[in-house]
Amino acid sequence: MEKRELVCVACPLGCPITVTLDDNGAVTDVTGNTCKRGEAYAHTECTNPTRMLTTTVKVEGGNAYVVPVKSANPIPKDMMFQCMEVINKASVKAPVNIGDVVIKNILGTGVDIIATNYAD
Amino acid sequence: MTYDVAIVGAGVVGGLIARELSRYELNVALLEKCNDVAMGTTKANSAIVHGGFDAQNGTLKAELNVKGTAMMPELCKKLSVPFKNNGSIVVAFSDSETEHIKVLYERGVKNGVPGLSVIDQAELRRIEPNISDKAVGALLCESAGIVCPYELTIAAVENAVTNGVEFLRNCDVEAITENADGYVLSTSLGDINAKYIINAAGNFSDDLARMVGDDSIQLIPRKGEYYLLDKSVGNLAVHTIFQCPNEMGKGILVTPTVDGNLLIGPTAVNQDSKDDTDTTPAGLKEIVEKALKSVPVVSARNAITSFAGVRAHPTNDDFIIGWCEKSANFLNVAGIESPGLSSAPAIAVFVRDILGEKVELKEKANFVETREEPVRFRHMNDEERAELIKKNPAYGRIVCRCETITEGEIIDAIKAPAGARDVDGVKRRTRAGMGRCQGGFCGSKVVEILARELGVNMNEITKFGGDSKIIYERTK
Amino acid sequence: MLNFDLAVVGGGPAGMAAALKARESGIEKIIVLERAETLGGILEQCIHTGFGLHYFGEELSGPEYAGRFMKLLADTDIVVKTDTMVLDIASDNTVTAVNKKDGLLKINAKAVVLAMGCRERPRGALSIAGCRTSGIMTAGTAQKYVNIDGYMPGHEVVILGSGDIGLIMARRMTLEGAKVKMVCELMPYSGGLTRNIVQCLDDFGIPLKLSCTVVATHGKDRLEGVTIAKVDDKLQPIPGTEEYVPCDTLMLSVGLIPENELSKNAGLELDRVTNGPRVDEYRETEQKGVFACGNVLQVHDLVDYVTEESQIAGLGAAKYIKGEKVTGKCVYTEGINGVRYIVPQRINCETDADVKLYFRVGAVYNNAKIVVECNGNEILSKKKKKLCPGEMEYVTLKQSVISTLPADSKIIVRVEA
Repeated sequence: MEKRELVCVACPLGCPITVTLDDNGAVTDVTGNTCKRGEAYAHTECTNPTRMLTTTVKVEGGNAYVVPVKSANPIPKDMMFQCMEVINKASVKAPVNIGDVVIKNILGTGVDIIATNYAD
Repeated sequence: MTYDVAIVGAGVVGGLIARELSRYELNVALLEKCNDVAMGTTKANSAIVHGGFDAQNGTLKAELNVKGTAMMPELCKKLSVPFKNNGSIVVAFSDSETEHIKVLYERGVKNGVPGLSVIDQAELRRIEPNISDKAVGALLCESAGIVCPYELTIAAVENAVTNGVEFLRNCDVEAITENADGYVLSTSLGDINAKYIINAAGNFSDDLARMVGDDSIQLIPRKGEYYLLDKSVGNLAVHTIFQCPNEMGKGILVTPTVDGNLLIGPTAVNQDSKDDTDTTPAGLKEIVEKALKSVPVVSARNAITSFAGVRAHPTNDDFIIGWCEKSANFLNVAGIESPGLSSAPAIAVFVRDILGEKVELKEKANFVETREEPVRFRHMNDEERAELIKKNPAYGRIVCRCETITEGEIIDAIKAPAGARDVDGVKRRTRAGMGRCQGGFCGSKVVEILARELGVNMNEITKFGGDSKIIYERTK
Repeated sequence: MLNFDLAVVGGGPAGMAAALKARESGIEKIIVLERAETLGGILEQCIHTGFGLHYFGEELSGPEYAGRFMKLLADTDIVVKTDTMVLDIASDNTVTAVNKKDGLLKINAKAVVLAMGCRERPRGALSIAGCRTSGIMTAGTAQKYVNIDGYMPGHEVVILGSGDIGLIMARRMTLEGAKVKMVCELMPYSGGLTRNIVQCLDDFGIPLKLSCTVVATHGKDRLEGVTIAKVDDKLQPIPGTEEYVPCDTLMLSVGLIPENELSKNAGLELDRVTNGPRVDEYRETEQKGVFACGNVLQVHDLVDYVTEESQIAGLGAAKYIKGEKVTGKCVYTEGINGVRYIVPQRINCETDADVKLYFRVGAVYNNAKIVVECNGNEILSKKKKKLCPGEMEYVTLKQSVISTLPADSKIIVRVEA
């Protein structure tokens, strides 16, 4: 059995949450939250924490050196640096539009890396 | 090639000597160890043109101060450098201080200072409305003024280069040897030959003299810290306001600057290091406490920056100007502490005359006496601005929002003779980054323009030369 | 002289929203003047997500949020001039601007919207002792170098100030391979969102040092280290708690200041707390026909609120131009007991809509009540589980209530802990 302390980020209240996990890592109890969203956050955060990843990617043949990108959906939290390595090696040809897919299905996560600005 | 004269140090003293010598048929090199002119004491002092009543009668300081101050308005006009004859006051807070300002008055009259008078409390209040109620009287010196020391130096060197002086930056003199033709200076840029050396190396003039076996110059590095306050409080002082001087100098002053800011400081603390210009919590605190005595409404809340300078205080208490006793053609211009800036124009002429004892000074036919005024978009009216942008669209892009500085002015500063090579150089020449945001917005733009104009990458641009890189490698 | 109905100074989220709203409200000749080379303002370099949750119900990055408004703007006949700096707004609302192409521009406008945004507080304002080396920069400057120019501004970083920009930059620098050693915060609490503390600091094991500040910087050419110290309850450094931290970069995230140089030159008096102009419920300043919105009026934490506020200003400007805006006797707002300020500062008694009063509190409160009263009578109250200085709050006053308040009376907003 393991107890984990979290600060809820579902809303600005920032409730301190205590999550109890069994030996298989399954959530058995959530306390300290004041709403359902807090409970959901605690579950995700303890079983499959994910994060949006935002960074830039190199542009080729354009005026801008880099263009900002984001993961179209959250990626597993522990894969952020691995994804950064892939993104840092990638490049995209100008012109770039918002929403252009820069890297498809990064590291098999099922999540695309997409451009979030224009670059010409 | 052998230079006739190598001037070591491009501060206000070296710069004005270079300009003075550029009148004559001489090959002159101006050697500066930093990436720009005015990087030592010249960069960080009170920016005051003193009347000349402080120095003891009969000293070189007294003579050159009074002469230099008299020369300053005309010189600034020729070099298109803003000078303001705002006058100075030494404030007395007690009977003993009232006695002391009378002593200063007498001394000043003997030194030949024009425009001196002792004023009473009522008159003091009238001419200086924010002065402390506790001030009982003052010594007024109408001939004193303010000038920006690095602007003066930049203009002087620019004019010198226009007239043929070679400016060598990042040129650190490491050793000097003598031979039949004169001197060989081993520098970070290689060997440089010169028949005569003028030692204007500021805090390092003792080290330079030692390279020719002269260990007579005794300097004590003395740090002075300052606060520069926002233009919104620039009118809190009309005159340069001194308190009664003590053995460490002229005390904490409160003064407007030619650019309309308010400057308070300096502290005076002796230290071992010649180049430690860190500000200290104690120093910054002391400035405010003491400035409050003169002008009770000043506040560090209006500070836009703080800085410190190191002055070379000579143990003999006077300027050291003359031929070195150990090496025939080596001329010392050392120990130039306050009133060095005020004296600098006269020092240049004095040094020329000394040099003239050994060197034939033949005037050039084509000497350009004036330096063209740089474009100052912020000082123009709408018609002038429209006309300017028509001629060159680069003046139509404002880079520094706080001070209204255009891209055209920044390009001019880089392209000028002995022009800017780093961010601080652009700042001193144009005021870009000198306003309230202190370069928050325009800093990266200035880096971009410098890189473009100098044909290098942005990450090769420094703040002030050396390893003062602004940014590192590419992220990708 | 160019003639326009409305001149908008600034093409960031505030200026774009105001211009679009005015267009939508029937104003035909509108010009937007933007000093940068593109529209979007500071959002262009805010590449993290979290923008637009309120307004679009989506989590967008800064450029995406700006991009949506840029697209809307492109579909209108609103004139946009980028790379154009406004130099002056005269008392008759003549706007003088300058750019490379047109040279000096004189624009005669019936109404003006000020939307110049804000700037970061620099080091000088903090009086940190020490060196003047390179490597000391605001978080926003660093953000531009990394996200727009594609350069690393440092490798070993200390961040002073735990506002959201500082927190975001801690993560950004870490992702790009820098070592962020710590974030120091002068106050006993962070000024940033909890979510950013968790996702920008905790995720990467970056310590947040509360009640701690940088007292000195060290180095010769590039920064080599800083001295940090704990502060007491008067925010003064405690002697003996100094600690040397080697680093090549100090990033400052120590507050934002509305950019009101133009407003001041135009003769507008600024609110001493917000540092922005004093406005009515349509964000009209004390100068007739001059409106203000976004960070130039008050520093916001959410761009969604900037958009909302700017639409109010855009609508107000449209009403003014059409001669439909109510201007007359007012009631005045004032924050006390923990409420630091209120925007708007005045409300026309005969206003035609409900009015939201925006404010910030000066400390952290749990289970508090916000009370609004006028002449000793409670108008409304609102319970809040948590109030903190980092987050803007609001209460809504009904038009029907406002119309009953005597002219020149004071509406007080306070916190009951």
